Amino acid sequence: MTITEPAAGTRELKYTAAFNEALHQLMAEDGDIFVAGEDVGIGGVFGSFAGLTAAFGERRVVDTPIAEQAIVGLGIGAGVAGLRPVVDLMFFDFVMVAMDQIANQAAKLKYMFGGKARLPLTITTNGGAGLSAAAQHSQSLEAFLCHTPGLKVVMPSTPYDMKGLMISSIRDDNPTIVVKSKMLLGVSGPVPEDMYEIPLGTASILRPGEDLTVVSYGRMAQESLVAAEQLAADGIDCEVIDLRTVQPLDIDTVIESAKKTNRIAIVHEAVRFGGLGAEIAAQVQEHAFDYLDAPIGRVGAPFSPVPFSPSLEADYVPNAERIGRELRETIGRPLPGS
Amino acid sequence: MALDDDILFDMHRRMLRIRLFEEAAGRLFEGARMPGFIHLYVGQEAVAAGVCAALRPEDQISSTHRGHGHLVAKGGDLNKMMAELMGKETGYCNGKGGSMHICDLDLNMLGANGIVGGGVPIAVGAGFANKYRDDGAVSVVFFGDGASNIGAFHEAANMAAALKLPVLFVCENNEYGEFTSRDRSMAIADVVERASGYGIPGTIVDGMDAAAVYETALEALEHCRSGAGPSFIEAKTYRFYNHHGVQTLGLPYRPDDEVASWQARDPIDGIEARMAEAGIMTADQAAAVRAEVQAAVDEAVEFGESSPMPNPARLLDDVYTEAAQ
Repeated sequence: MTITEPAAGTRELKYTAAFNEALHQLMAEDGDIFVAGEDVGIGGVFGSFAGLTAAFGERRVVDTPIAEQAIVGLGIGAGVAGLRPVVDLMFFDFVMVAMDQIANQAAKLKYMFGGKARLPLTITTNGGAGLSAAAQHSQSLEAFLCHTPGLKVVMPSTPYDMKGLMISSIRDDNPTIVVKSKMLLGVSGPVPEDMYEIPLGTASILRPGEDLTVVSYGRMAQESLVAAEQLAADGIDCEVIDLRTVQPLDIDTVIESAKKTNRIAIVHEAVRFGGLGAEIAAQVQEHAFDYLDAPIGRVGAPFSPVPFSPSLEADYVPNAERIGRELRETIGRPLPGS
Repeated sequence: MALDDDILFDMHRRMLRIRLFEEAAGRLFEGARMPGFIHLYVGQEAVAAGVCAALRPEDQISSTHRGHGHLVAKGGDLNKMMAELMGKETGYCNGKGGSMHICDLDLNMLGANGIVGGGVPIAVGAGFANKYRDDGAVSVVFFGDGASNIGAFHEAANMAAALKLPVLFVCENNEYGEFTSRDRSMAIADVVERASGYGIPGTIVDGMDAAAVYETALEALEHCRSGAGPSFIEAKTYRFYNHHGVQTLGLPYRPDDEVASWQARDPIDGIEARMAEAGIMTADQAAAVRAEVQAAVDEAVEFGESSPMPNPARLLDDVYTEAAQ
């Protein structure tokens, strides 16, 4: 799937504002949707929920105690009882506090009950490093969630995708975690005023290319795009795929691209060991082994907690420069014809 | 107490259905005719029966790993229950849940739960939905003394109180968390003390006396329905069998005389004696009810055993809800 042309009524919106606009429009449309979480009533710590209390009142915008298990449980119980809850966990790291409710309860409910339950629950959160928020407020934990059958995991990289994926996530009848990237909150991009859905499980091709497939998602998709432009100056033509949702995973788009370019690297902000890059690499070699001209590259964080100090953090988190360097290593041997 | 006779008959029948279902399940388990784990509710019947007799159909209940009794008391279908315990296609969960995940959403029974305390936050969420819709329903959550030691319970109790949700907490204090006694797991004798810490009104009731449980539940439910927030009942009770399986006496963690003293207060004997004394049920009538329930249980066993195992082609069904076409 390629980038959608901006529709009529498109204006520049920040990533956070696109999230916010999706919520406003969805809540106006469906009275069963409510938002609950810590400080959502005043708009949330990053302003993601701004204006919702004024528009919809405290009945539908619910401040909760700092109690992540109970927040997710609130969403599960209300969802099973027929509402369409959106619950917020302020930082991605806090999913670990609520992991029993997310992984043992929400994810499995439908299956354990023989299909009789429907759980239209959306959990929103803010992930990623870059703010010197240190080891407990900076993580990228999507691999934990993707490993759990029953969950969907959404990680938008643009304001346009944010709005369309939020609308799809909230309308979806499965427990879905939408991870905003903290470093993208203030980034602007074109967003249509009308409501639109981006189907969960569809990647987008941010940049077509012939020499190397770069698969990423969330903020690293944008960093990979910058790296690809730098490599283009040296005659290396990268195809950059933004997965947009990591569960379900649009592996077909990835494999198709790998068969075309014959080289592939996966870039994520999460720790490399046991990360999604490992899963994608495994699936690519299962389906396109004979097409590969080089080992599959993986760019990710080293195997340590996220450090606090800005200088250490800058070394820890991949950026365009480091991605470019590692992609050149993936290319390895000379390109055909060069 | 001036309980209607029909309430006593109702609770007596609910308790017998639990007792005879559980004993049949226990025999099947012992005879290796039932897979997995089995946590029998025998001994605690007065709690589920007393509370559920006080409910309206729209009230939800959430349950525990020891959850068969709660579903039976809410009106569960014995055939589907027994089939589910056997892992059969015709079970409540098509054989995908088993004993610890048995549920009936049509009866507003939101599920047993294999994680101790895991159902408590979910029950609070159902209570939130009731308040959101202002429909007068109450979400009732059954849990044990052991669950009151886990964080999820405390978060959920505080949340229910802070948001003034119509949630009735029913703690079945059977004095043991698995194989460890309550007095070695907490420094208080009465779990209800924990409710007061969250500003939730609480009551202790004799969990071996269905009538007492019923009257206490009715009052607590009225409190929840009035918009005053959650309420809490601690029912002092006892499980007659082991934590898991069917053993009773001779286990190292519970003195035999302790088990015997609770068995002497059997809740079904208790209600039958009360009804006989009131002159509303003769021994013959009690025996007739027992025979009728036993026939239903026998039929459930037959239904379960004659049902097919799940179709392997359905292994991956229902991991996700597919979008409506």
